[in-house]
Amino acid sequence: MTAATVLDYDEVIERFDPVLGLEVHVELNTHTKMFCGCPTTFGAEPNTQVCPTCLGLPGSLPVVNRVAVESAMRIGLALNCEIAPWCRFARKNYFYPDMPKNFQTSQYDEPIAFNGSLDVTLEDGTVVTVAIERAHMEEDTGKSLHVGGATGRIHGADHSLLDYNRAGVPLIEIVTKPIEGMGERAPEVARAYVSTLRDLLRALDVSDVRMDQGSLRCDANVSLMSKGATEFGTRTETKNVNSLRSVERAVRYEMTRQAAILVEGGSILQETRHFQEATGTTSAGRRKETSEDYRYFPEPDLVPIAPPAEWVEQLRATLPEMPSERRKRIQADWQLTDLELRDLVNAGAVDLVAATVDAGASPAEARAWWVSYLSQEANSRGLELAALPITPPQVARVSALVAEGKLTNKLAREVIDGVLAGEGEPDEVVEKRGLAVVSDDSALYAAIDEALAAQPDVADKIRGGKVAAAGAIVGAVMKTTKGQADAKRVRELILERCT
Amino acid sequence: MPNISRDEVAHLARLARLAVTEDELDTFAGQLDVILQSVARVGEVAAEDIPPTSHAVPLTNVFREDLVRPGLTQQQALAGAPAAEDGRFRVPRILGEEA
Ligand SMILES: [Zn+2]
Repeated sequence: MTAATVLDYDEVIERFDPVLGLEVHVELNTHTKMFCGCPTTFGAEPNTQVCPTCLGLPGSLPVVNRVAVESAMRIGLALNCEIAPWCRFARKNYFYPDMPKNFQTSQYDEPIAFNGSLDVTLEDGTVVTVAIERAHMEEDTGKSLHVGGATGRIHGADHSLLDYNRAGVPLIEIVTKPIEGMGERAPEVARAYVSTLRDLLRALDVSDVRMDQGSLRCDANVSLMSKGATEFGTRTETKNVNSLRSVERAVRYEMTRQAAILVEGGSILQETRHFQEATGTTSAGRRKETSEDYRYFPEPDLVPIAPPAEWVEQLRATLPEMPSERRKRIQADWQLTDLELRDLVNAGAVDLVAATVDAGASPAEARAWWVSYLSQEANSRGLELAALPITPPQVARVSALVAEGKLTNKLAREVIDGVLAGEGEPDEVVEKRGLAVVSDDSALYAAIDEALAAQPDVADKIRGGKVAAAGAIVGAVMKTTKGQADAKRVRELILERCT
Repeated sequence: MPNISRDEVAHLARLARLAVTEDELDTFAGQLDVILQSVARVGEVAAEDIPPTSHAVPLTNVFREDLVRPGLTQQQALAGAPAAEDGRFRVPRILGEEA
């Protein structure tokens, strides 16, 4: 079957109601793995963060990471979930080399957190409450590299290479209840949900939430039901959705693809599909195994978890201010218009600006740096704002140098560029690039005298009272000082010199 | 009473990535049926009020602190691998599935 057939989006909405189910996997930022003491640092040499337990070697036994359980419960609490008074891990059995044990340790019918909700604000301000089915604990899998295939994919691959550094990294899977009734806004809701969840997880400081590095991943379940139908249609699960934009595109594409099949009288295969970033389409993956096929059973090597109520309440007390409340407070504190707040949020700059303000900058300056100058820089590098190699304290320092008159705005941008280029702290960049404002009057006098001597006719005009002519001398001085003088001060000194 | 079919045996074999011949399907169906029937007798004895046992020891909440412990070097990790390449475990190509 050719995959390219899609139905026009407006027609999809006319004839069908989309139903979404979103599964978000979040890698926790614990120092060690879920069941062993191996480190979890991203990007290490292959198979250097492994031990007998995460390699599934005979005789090894897993022990649960306390902090991972606490993070799981904090996530559950922040999502307004109930916390299970007693739950177990389960083995999810499957034969695939990304788990050397031949099973993944997960939770099955006893998730640690369940029955929650998350309020999601869409771009126009509409609030959608997404019901959360569960949040459960599991472990990440290893990474496979397929060798010999044309595109690094399995098809045509000759063999595969496995790196188990990631195998066993604590993972929380957050599953929504079916999201219905969103109509044409379904793709937007999917994106906003993942974005809101990411902000929440970031505020909880439980994960790096880097979609580009895979520490936050979304699988989008999509099905369509004909208008007026009461039963859900067959769903597909799209994986490999690695950015917020992709979440929206993948849901939209699946809706148009499935609709094209259904209007022709065809039926949807329950399968895993892969999102193709380049084309914005999905392609068929493996036929979905049913949960029975995974032959789940309680993990005998790990004892049940029964969090006492006091522990749960202790964790509840550690919950930070939720991002939505924080935004309201920030809007009031910094006196932002709705539009300014939205720009700040959409640029992913709320935390960065807040941290810059905490480090001493004024809200207006902090916002100017992050929302305009640095956002552009992040865009051109294809990075998220937070991934730029500059920190809020560094931005605050540059801002302070401007406030103290040691840098002009133009010089400040050069200092920021220097920090981004890895030249060190702002003060070091100023030093190395020689960017400080020339505030030494004697140095300025020398440059002024030189300029006056070079343009005697202009000098005469100024002496004759034509103050406007001083502009040419200011320009010349700025040129000799490579823009590092305060133009206003230069002007004052010129007039002083010519009277 | 369990009565496992040839189709179920074939399905289980596929999940376990085992190649099973037509003759073996019949053999295993019979053998698995005996095992399942034996296990099912436990269910006859256990009353409603006896929950299934998953753990022999009545312990809960056994945790490890989040502290890094030295593991294996890459060389040690790969020492028992039938094949390795570029610091990774090398496995035969994986058929019929996508990662
Ligand atoms: Zn390990």
